[in-house]
Amino acid sequence: MPETSSNRVSIRGADVRSSVLTGGLGRILAFAAIYLVIAFFVKSPYYLLMLTLVPLWATLGVSWNIFSGYSGLISFGHAAFFGLGAYTVALLAEKFGVSPWIGIPLAGLVGALSGVVIGVPTFRLRGHYFALAMLAYPLGLMYVFEWLGFQEVSIPMRRDAPLAYMQFADARYYVLIATALLVVALLINLRISRSRFGLSLLAIKQNELAANAAGINPFKWKLLALVLSGALAGAAGGVYAVVLLIVSPSAVFGSIVSAQAAIFAMFGGVGTIAGPVIGAFVLVPISEYLAAQLGGRLPGIQGVIYGVAIILVITLAPEGVLAKFMSAFKRKELSEKQSGGGLLETTLQPVAQSPRKTNEIALSVKGLGKRFGGLQAVQNVSFDVYQGEILGVIGPNGAGKTTMFNVMNGIIPASEGSVVYEGRDIIGLAPFEICRMGVARTFQVARPFPRLSVLQNVVVGAFATEPEDERAYAAAREAIAQVGLEGRSEALAGGLSTMQLRLMELARALASRPKILLLDEVLAGLGAQEVEHVMRAIQNIQARGITIVIIEHTMHAMVRLADRLLVLDHGTVLALGDPTTVTSQEEVISAYLGKKWSARAQR
Amino acid sequence: MDPGLILFENILQALVTGIVVGGVYGLLCAGLGMIFGVMRVINFAQAEFLMLGMYASLFIFTLMGLGPALGPYLGPVVSALLAGVVLYIFAALLHPLLLARFTGTRVAGTDGEGHYAQLTLTLGLSLVLSNGALILFGSDPRTIQTALTASAWEIGPLVGDHVSVFLNKGRTVSFIATLVVVGLLALFITRSRTGKMLRAAADNPEAATYMGIDVSKSHRFAFGLGAAITGVGGALIAVNFPFHPYVGHEFIVIMFAGVVLGGMGSIVGAFWGGLTIGLVQQMSAIVLPAQLQNASIFVVFLLIILLRPQGLFGRSVERA
Repeated sequence: MPETSSNRVSIRGADVRSSVLTGGLGRILAFAAIYLVIAFFVKSPYYLLMLTLVPLWATLGVSWNIFSGYSGLISFGHAAFFGLGAYTVALLAEKFGVSPWIGIPLAGLVGALSGVVIGVPTFRLRGHYFALAMLAYPLGLMYVFEWLGFQEVSIPMRRDAPLAYMQFADARYYVLIATALLVVALLINLRISRSRFGLSLLAIKQNELAANAAGINPFKWKLLALVLSGALAGAAGGVYAVVLLIVSPSAVFGSIVSAQAAIFAMFGGVGTIAGPVIGAFVLVPISEYLAAQLGGRLPGIQGVIYGVAIILVITLAPEGVLAKFMSAFKRKELSEKQSGGGLLETTLQPVAQSPRKTNEIALSVKGLGKRFGGLQAVQNVSFDVYQGEILGVIGPNGAGKTTMFNVMNGIIPASEGSVVYEGRDIIGLAPFEICRMGVARTFQVARPFPRLSVLQNVVVGAFATEPEDERAYAAAREAIAQVGLEGRSEALAGGLSTMQLRLMELARALASRPKILLLDEVLAGLGAQEVEHVMRAIQNIQARGITIVIIEHTMHAMVRLADRLLVLDHGTVLALGDPTTVTSQEEVISAYLGKKWSARAQR
Repeated sequence: MDPGLILFENILQALVTGIVVGGVYGLLCAGLGMIFGVMRVINFAQAEFLMLGMYASLFIFTLMGLGPALGPYLGPVVSALLAGVVLYIFAALLHPLLLARFTGTRVAGTDGEGHYAQLTLTLGLSLVLSNGALILFGSDPRTIQTALTASAWEIGPLVGDHVSVFLNKGRTVSFIATLVVVGLLALFITRSRTGKMLRAAADNPEAATYMGIDVSKSHRFAFGLGAAITGVGGALIAVNFPFHPYVGHEFIVIMFAGVVLGGMGSIVGAFWGGLTIGLVQQMSAIVLPAQLQNASIFVVFLLIILLRPQGLFGRSVERA
């Protein structure tokens, strides 16, 4: 039954997404065609130059968007890629007589390589530090190129073979080249936005830790984004050199270039396809026109316009003008979508029990310890988790339960000890590697990707083990159905209730097809009926043969759920065994349960 | 002269110049560090405050005739301090207009979003101010010219007839003024009531609100004071440094390098960071060609940021 339904869903999903793909593709090509037709009738060299510069800067904006728009890491240093690309073409032409036809692809390659060289060390930095480091690269390069004596590198005229050297008498060809580059950039951006690449980057942007724990390798995706972005910016720089014929350090590495890259994308809308294009198409003509009209008297007018534009956008339309414009139409549709259908969760039916607890060891924790400075948060903890059981972990606040989970799934390094899973010590592996091996988790404080839909949140988990996108979506829908959240799969995660968030995290963990699930207080703060629903979901997960380790304070729930209990106190194991035995142990009662519990339990 | 002695003289000269120049860099950094420390905002427009400080001081110096009135020693210092007042007023007006929309308690819940908007806003501000200044003041390089601009004291000869160190008079006076300003600033932050309020607002804006501190007022004050300090620093540099509306670009990485080196968030650390950067810049001139002096600062900056982002002088201020 679940198989047929997921097949149907996946086929429909494929239809929807491929039609959107052709739609986007069609729109991009149509747009480029119209643009070229208009350019065909333009004669004035000045306007043709502008018609060339607009798609050129738009390409730089798209390049910025591919990296910063999706990853959320702000780069004010894209001039580094642009400038290196421009100098690649100019120097190859000047020193070695290499044609830009070869030079521009090489400029893209140089941009991609510098993406690696810059990305590898810089991705260790977060937030502020990343933005600062990125700011420094082009400014540093500017001094180096000045020192190397490349103040003005010009592309020599080749009257012998103008076409072979991209030197056209008819300036309309430059419009064609710049537009072609923009189309390539837009197609890459479109492809990214529709693929797991874009979704993974958005997940990283919204909650890197959760993305990592859900099986995404943040470093890999960020680096890939910067490489692609660098390649496009490098190629754009190369075309710039061909069009303007002269390259100087301040013109290509200057902070205004980096700023433009960011401004166009922000003006139109970060993380969208059309945004950077809209930004360039509005701002480049305005600033070029005013610079031509007033530039003599007001030399800084271009910079002032860009500055004012960026300040206005960030204060009045922080999502960009595109979103501002669209929201007028979309608001109604969106609210219908969010409130329409499935307000309540589907009632879950119990799943037939597969054989419960076995004696096979699924995971073995040996002598695990974690120190924070002088504090020993977890100390010499050893226990085995049996295949198919629910192992409950209880203990007072600060007993080290969550710390133990964080060490077990690689979020924080262990001070000592090992966690053996499938014959291998998983200590030292990254969270995404551990997740892909089959150990998934949820968080005590839910960590959703708030601006993605429930389905997108969950599919991120499915990507971890499912290379086929279609099947990943199918797995995600199945996981959502297993927790009873089908009715909300298109809603944005940011608008969910506490229980829905918990269920979504559960589904996200499930979607990676784990063998072991680590659940951190999934019942905390829920009402009585909600607890029943989540408990049913957990029991169904176990019934499907997944081993569960669960931290929980709600003792009544725990006694019903758990096959065995592990009691932690001050970071050490206080007791381990079946619930009845453990809850009647003297030291467990005094450390955690309290006299009231034992009195009631005896009644 | 013995080549060893020449090298010794060069090193000694670089050391002395490094301290004198670095001290004023330290002042620039202290201003930026103040804004970051209290508001947690990376202000890309700080270099423009420096530039505005230079122009403000130039106009005050020439229009008020401070050169003839107060002499070459006191004149530029007084006009620098007055430029600081101008910058304070300017920035304190700018804060509620723009900055306050994206900082302080307003964005307490939306951390990432807040940073994004702040970086963008200050970048836009930087573009408007530098290019606006180009329109208003033109691109000709200017200097606050006094009798001290191009004259120096000679210390030495130290070894026999050789090894002399030269101290540019204008720079040295600026350095001394810097020490006084930094000393007063340190006293103000650690001893005064307002200083304590600033530190409380910096440490935990939410808790500070509960303790009856007006966080947004503290931010406004810190933004104004940070701009003023950097403006004074810029004005003090302007006595022997030709400047133009884009001069900020030459200092922005120096400032950020100093602040990061000092441990972001520590104002006194930022001063020591700036001093160190000045030393690095001057010492690197011994081995590197002049054009690469600034590139050496970039290398140092990137090394610090990659290897020891918590800085050399301050403790780590990143909160969980």
